[in-house]
Amino acid sequence: MTPILSARGLNKRFGAVVAADHVSIDIVAGEHVSLIGSNGAGKTTFVNMITGYLKPDRGEIFLEGRDVTALGPRQITQLGVARSFQIPQLCAEMSVLDNMLVAAACGDGALSFWRPAHTRDKLDRAAALLERFGLHLHSRRRVAELPGGVRKLLDIAMALTHRPKILLLDEPTSGVSADEKFPMMDTVTAALGSEDVTVLFVEHDMDIVTRYASRVVAFYSGRILADGAPDQVLVDEEVKRYVTGSAH
Amino acid sequence: MKRLLAHPVWAGVAGMALLLALGAALPRWLLFLCTMSAANGIVSLGIVLLMRGGVVSFGQGLVFAGGGYAVALMANKLGVTDALLLTFAGGVVAALMALPFAALLARYRGIFFSMLTLALSMVLYGVLVKTESLGGSDGFNMSRPTILGMRIADAWSGYVLYALAVVVSGVLAILARIYFESARGLVSLAIRENELRVEYLGASTSRVMAANFVIAAFMGGVGGALAIMALGHIEPQFSYWTTSGEFVFVSILAGHYSVFAVFVASFILELVRSFSSAYFPNTWQMVLGIFLLIVIRFLPRGIGSVWVGWQARKEGRS
Ligand SMILES: Nc1ncnc2c1ncn2[C@@H]1O[C@H](COP(=O)(O)OP(=O)(O)OP(=O)(O)O)[C@@H](O)[C@H]1O
Ligand SMILES: [Mg+2]
Repeated sequence: MTPILSARGLNKRFGAVVAADHVSIDIVAGEHVSLIGSNGAGKTTFVNMITGYLKPDRGEIFLEGRDVTALGPRQITQLGVARSFQIPQLCAEMSVLDNMLVAAACGDGALSFWRPAHTRDKLDRAAALLERFGLHLHSRRRVAELPGGVRKLLDIAMALTHRPKILLLDEPTSGVSADEKFPMMDTVTAALGSEDVTVLFVEHDMDIVTRYASRVVAFYSGRILADGAPDQVLVDEEVKRYVTGSAH
Repeated sequence: MKRLLAHPVWAGVAGMALLLALGAALPRWLLFLCTMSAANGIVSLGIVLLMRGGVVSFGQGLVFAGGGYAVALMANKLGVTDALLLTFAGGVVAALMALPFAALLARYRGIFFSMLTLALSMVLYGVLVKTESLGGSDGFNMSRPTILGMRIADAWSGYVLYALAVVVSGVLAILARIYFESARGLVSLAIRENELRVEYLGASTSRVMAANFVIAAFMGGVGGALAIMALGHIEPQFSYWTTSGEFVFVSILAGHYSVFAVFVASFILELVRSFSSAYFPNTWQMVLGIFLLIVIRFLPRGIGSVWVGWQARKEGRS
């Protein structure tokens, strides 16, 4: 079975910092992969390279067998890869609903100069997606007024608007209190439930990882320390020393 | 009736009809003032369109002069006299002037965008001042246009040019409103707030910005065409930075929430200009400055935010 996403020997340096060191991963369609690692291990850098925001110094990225290493975020998105951000990237002065309509408009191919952004059809679809994320009560609120957890969910809902094949979530539960993390992940997985989407999520909380991941990839200073089923990776000596047993 | 007028197209058409009827009763000096308000307002509407994407052009004098000179030359040298055709041609020439720079400018934001547009307009100013065949710094006169194949009688010229300005600015205002409400218009607003997100949603920010620049140029050229036909004379001043500054002034006064506000702001500027130059010669810029300070202090989102705010509150209640 050809992998849906394949990274081959990715290297990335920022001056003296090695943010990616021979990173190779094959992802099979339908997997729920958790990327773990301490602060600065290179998780976000990996997500940025896959989505075309950062160019690797060396190595290649294949999407369904196609070399996409040279493409930027826009083209990668158009190929069905969407992401959310460690710090939600939203239009803070707009309402929640308008943010969803921006997402709807952007994926429409050629942006229309005259077809309204607020058609009944687009409004209905945006409302339905907001409801799946439990955000419908906030839809008229200005994003800047909303608490962090709600923004995180909106960030993910926007990424999901165009039914991506691959969804990368960068720390979906960061910035929310410990007792909110599980409900939040439940909301996300329920919202994803009906979609046929491969998910990679960056996560620091090992309880969340064990519960929601089918596979775990552990990063340490740009390298992959371990890659496999959660019950194998999380008991690995090196992972225990450098990842799970560290500061967190 | 009320419901019908809530639709921007019908509200625009009704507004145009009202202004056309009203024009018949206005004295000549006020007709001229309204004509110039409409012509300049179209240029500022172009800046508002850019502002919605997060950039401000300090050099719309470039396309204002470009459209104006093109129209004057077409009338004098090529014998094209139809006012409607000339208006459209002014917009097209200005858009063509902007086209080669669109891709470059679309990469810049903030003060860099503003200064680059200013630089382009000052280059044109320099060229115009030095070009003797275009009258150098004195400029030259343009013969009076015709309309729909008819000569315009002296007694009627003020009203005809007013009517043309009302209709053209009305149509462009309606189109601008449709654009602002469109998918692309919403994405423009999103670019102003978060470009990274827009790219990550699959839309090209630079293409949107480039298109906005060309559309704004078209509007600038149309404004220039209407202005030269009303003035009968063109000079390099059209491209000077103070001219561009006045267009920016009007855009900031209006804010980017309402198309109608742009024309109100433009009218206010013309009114202040003509009264203060009569009563406080040489200090009218000061009057404008104070006026702008007051607006920025009390209506930071422009005068358009007043009635857009009312509307929002009314909708919130119903
Ligand atoms: N644009 C950049 N310029 C310079 N250094 C960078 C840049 N992006 C990341 N780095 C560095 O690369 C290393 C990996 O960073 P990255 O953001 O990928 O870590 P992370 O695993 O996502 O950490 P965290 O858990 O804190 O989000 C860090 O040392 C970071 O300082
Ligand atoms: Mg990170």
